[in-house]
Amino acid sequence: MQENQGPAAEAGSRELLTFTLGSEEYGIDILKVQEIRGYDAVTTIANAPPFIKGVINLRGIIVPIVDMRIKFNLGKVEYDQFTVVIILNIAKRVVGIVVDGVSDVIALTPEQLKAAPEFSGAMDTQYITGLGTVDDRMIIVVDIEKLMTSRDMDLVEMAAA
Amino acid sequence: MSIDMSQFYQVFFEESAEHLANMESLLLGLDLNAPDDDQLNAIFRAAHSIKGGSGTFGFTDMTEVTHVLETLLDRIRKHEIAITSAMVDAFLQAGDVLHGLLDAHQNGGVADEAASREIRAKLEQLTRDPGGKGMPATVPVETAPAPAGPSSQHTYQIRFAKTPTIFPSEAQLTTLLEDLGNLGKIENQLIAEDSVSLTLTAWAGEAELRDIFSFFLEPEQLTITLQGDAVASTGDEDGYGFFVEPEQLKAAIEDEQGFGFFVEPEQLKAEAENAQGYGFFTDVMPAVQAAAPGAGGVAGELAPGETPHRRATDRAPDTSIRVSVEKVDQMINLVGELVITQAMLAETASRLDPVENESLLNGLAQLERNTRDLQESVMSVRMMPINFVFSRFPRVVRDLAGKLNKQVQLKTVGEGTELDKGLIEKISDPLTHLVRNSLDHGVELPDERIAKGKDPQGTITLRAAHQGGNIVIEVSDDGAGLDRERILAKAKEKGIPFSDNISDADVWQMIFAPGFSTAAVVTDVSGRGVGMDVVKKNIEGIGGRVELSSKAGEGSTVTIRLPLTLAILDGLSVAVGDQTYIVPLSFISESLQPRAEDIKDISGQGQVVHVRGEYVPMVALSEVFGIEPRVTNPADGILVLLEGEGKKVALFVDELLGQHQVVIKSLETNYRRVSGISGATIMGDGRVAMIMDVTAMIKMAQA
Repeated sequence: MQENQGPAAEAGSRELLTFTLGSEEYGIDILKVQEIRGYDAVTTIANAPPFIKGVINLRGIIVPIVDMRIKFNLGKVEYDQFTVVIILNIAKRVVGIVVDGVSDVIALTPEQLKAAPEFSGAMDTQYITGLGTVDDRMIIVVDIEKLMTSRDMDLVEMAAA
Repeated sequence: MSIDMSQFYQVFFEESAEHLANMESLLLGLDLNAPDDDQLNAIFRAAHSIKGGSGTFGFTDMTEVTHVLETLLDRIRKHEIAITSAMVDAFLQAGDVLHGLLDAHQNGGVADEAASREIRAKLEQLTRDPGGKGMPATVPVETAPAPAGPSSQHTYQIRFAKTPTIFPSEAQLTTLLEDLGNLGKIENQLIAEDSVSLTLTAWAGEAELRDIFSFFLEPEQLTITLQGDAVASTGDEDGYGFFVEPEQLKAAIEDEQGFGFFVEPEQLKAEAENAQGYGFFTDVMPAVQAAAPGAGGVAGELAPGETPHRRATDRAPDTSIRVSVEKVDQMINLVGELVITQAMLAETASRLDPVENESLLNGLAQLERNTRDLQESVMSVRMMPINFVFSRFPRVVRDLAGKLNKQVQLKTVGEGTELDKGLIEKISDPLTHLVRNSLDHGVELPDERIAKGKDPQGTITLRAAHQGGNIVIEVSDDGAGLDRERILAKAKEKGIPFSDNISDADVWQMIFAPGFSTAAVVTDVSGRGVGMDVVKKNIEGIGGRVELSSKAGEGSTVTIRLPLTLAILDGLSVAVGDQTYIVPLSFISESLQPRAEDIKDISGQGQVVHVRGEYVPMVALSEVFGIEPRVTNPADGILVLLEGEGKKVALFVDELLGQHQVVIKSLETNYRRVSGISGATIMGDGRVAMIMDVTAMIKMAQA
C-alpha cells in the first residue's frame, strides 16, 4: 500500500481516494487506505454506539466497522452487495468505514486545494483539510486519521490515544 | 577491546542467572555423605562458566567471588577435601552474593561489597582450613592447573583450534590476539588453517590465560604449555589435549579433510578417543566411524572401552536454542490463523458430495490432522515444566524453616507438568507466598507436633497435575489447619458480616479478604495481611481459580486451577438472537433447562432460579448486551450456571451451540475495551464471536 505513488502524482500533489456520502463527495489520503471490500456480516459489539456496526474477521484480524452514513446521518442506510467498506490503516490500527460508494482516485495539486470556509456540513470543520475542485466537482478533503481517532468516534481508548 | 561488549550483556545475565539457579538446585540435591561426582562437576562447571563470562565482560567483582568458589569446588571434586554442610551453606551464600552482584550489574544498582568480601574470606578459609593435602605442586595429567600466582614471568606455548564456528570472522581472532598481546609478548605466532600456535611471555598465570580464551574456546580446544615442561601439560583436566603432538595435530587435520583413510590405527584411536570422550570435533565422528571399517574397525571396538578416559564432565552437545518469545508468539498466532482457515475449509467441504470429492475430503482430513499436530507442537514450544518454579522452593523452605526453628520437608510431585511460560512467570510469586504461609502458619513447631503425636518434621507438598484442560497446582501442609474460631473472631474485629451458621468453605474464603491476617505475631515472614488477597487477585488475573480446604489438626491445602495456556481457551458457544458468544468453559459448572416453576421473581431484583436447593440470580445475556433474543421465556431457553469468585450466576441464553477450542484475539488491537467482553475469536465459519468476561458478568449481576 505504502508504495502506491501513482505515476500521475506530480510534485506536491496528493492522491486521494474519493467516496460519496449522501450528496457530498469526500476525499481521503490514499496512503491511509489498505483495501476496499464489500460489506460482510458483522458481529455486533455489545453496548457500542449505533454507528459502530461491529467487528469483522479480516484474514484473522479483528477489525471494527464504522458506518459513516449513520455517524453523519447521510445517505440511506442499506446493506446490499453494493455496500462498500474502506479498510483504513490509521494510527497503527485497522478500521473499516462504510460509505455510500467509492468514486475514484484523484491527484490534487496544492493549487486545487482551497481552505475550507466555516460551513455546516455533516463533518466538523476541524477534520477538514480543505476543499478541492476537480472537473467542477467539489471534494471535501478529510483528515481521516484525525477524525477516526477523535473522541467523537469513540474508537480508541482515550487514555491510549 | 574493539567490539562493543555491552550488546552481549543480556546473554551473559541470562546465562549466569541460569547457571546460578542450576548450581543452587544441584547444591541442595547433593548428598553430603556420598557426593556424586557428576553433580560436583556440574556445580564446578556452573561456577566456572560464570567466572569465565564475568571475566570476559569485566565484572571483576563477580570473577573474584567465583574464583575462590571455584578453587574450593575444584578441590572438592578432586576429592582432596570432603564436602561439609558448612561448605554447602557457604556455596549457597556465595550464590546469593553472585545473584546480588549480577542484579547490580544488570539493573545498575549498588552491589553489597561487604557481603562479597565476607563470602570470599569464608570460602578462602574453607579452602585452606580442612587440612587438605596442599595444592598440587606439579601439574600432571590428572589435575587442573593450579592457579599460578603472578609472581614470576612465564613463557607459555599456546595452541588452539581455529574453526569457522569458533572464530566466525578474522576480527575475533585479532581481538583475542590483541588481548593476549596486552598480557605479554607474543612470539613465533603461526596461524595455520585450523589452528593457531604462539609463544607468549607474560606475568599472567595460566588460569588468567584460560579466562581470556574461555569466551571463544572450550577448554579442550586449547593447549597451554609452560615452556620447559617436559610432559606436555595439556592443560585442562586430564589431558583433553588434542594437539599434544604436532603429528597428531597433523593427523587430525588429515582426518578432517581426507576422512582418515590413510591414518594409522593408533592415530585413529587417538582421534576416536578424543572425539568420543570430549566432544571435540563432533563432526569428525562420522568420518572416523566411516573410516573405521577400512582401518580395521578400531574406532568401533574402542567405543565401549572408552570409560577409563571418559569423564563425567562430558559436555552434552547443545540441544537447545534461545529464541525470543516474540518469535514464538508470532508462530502461535500464525498457527492460530491456520487453524481457523482449516476450520473454514472443513466447513465448506462438509457441504460437498462425499463420493464425488473423495480425494479432496481425504486431503482435508489429512490437513486437519496435520494442523492439529502442528498446533500442539507449536504450543508446546511455549510450554515449560513447572519445575522451573518448584525448583526454587527447596531453598525457600530450607532457609525459612531454619529461621523459624521448624523442621520441614518439601515434597514435590509432578514437576514435569508443563504449562505456558507466561503462566510460569506469573504463578511463581503467588506460590512462594503460599509456601511461606504454609511454613509460617501451617506447620507447627517440633515440640507442638510431638505433643500432637505427629512426626516432628512437617511436610509441605507441592503437587502439579493436568486435569482436563487445566493445570492444578496444590500447596498442602500437614500442619494445624485453619482456625475457624480465630478467623471468625478476626472477621468480627474487622467488621465483616457473617451469619452464625456460616459454612467452613465461606469461612476459608474470608482469608482472601484484603488485610486479613490471623497470625498472632507479625513476623518478617508473613502475617501482615497483604497476601492471600494478592494471591487470589494474581491467580484470577491469569484466568485461574483458588480454592482452599482445611481440616483442624491435619493441615490445609490450597488448590490453584489454571488454564493450560493464555492463547487458547476452551469455550462453550451460546447463541442469543443472531449473535454467538463464547463462554469460557472453566467458569461453567453446568447447563440446564429450567422448569417454569423454578424461576422466581424477586420484586425489583430481577429473577432467581432454583437449582438443587439453591437460589441463583439469573441474568439474561440478551439484556446485558442489548440483543433482541429469540427466546424470552427462560423455560424455553437454556441456563448456563457460571461460577466465579465464589459466586454463582445463571446466564440465560437462547441455545447452546457447541464446545470449541478458540484462539483468543484481542479486541483492543484495533478497537478498545468493551465491558463484559474479554476478547474475540474467529469461528469455523469465519465469523467473529465475542468471548464473555465471566468475572465482569458476575459483578454486573450483583450490581
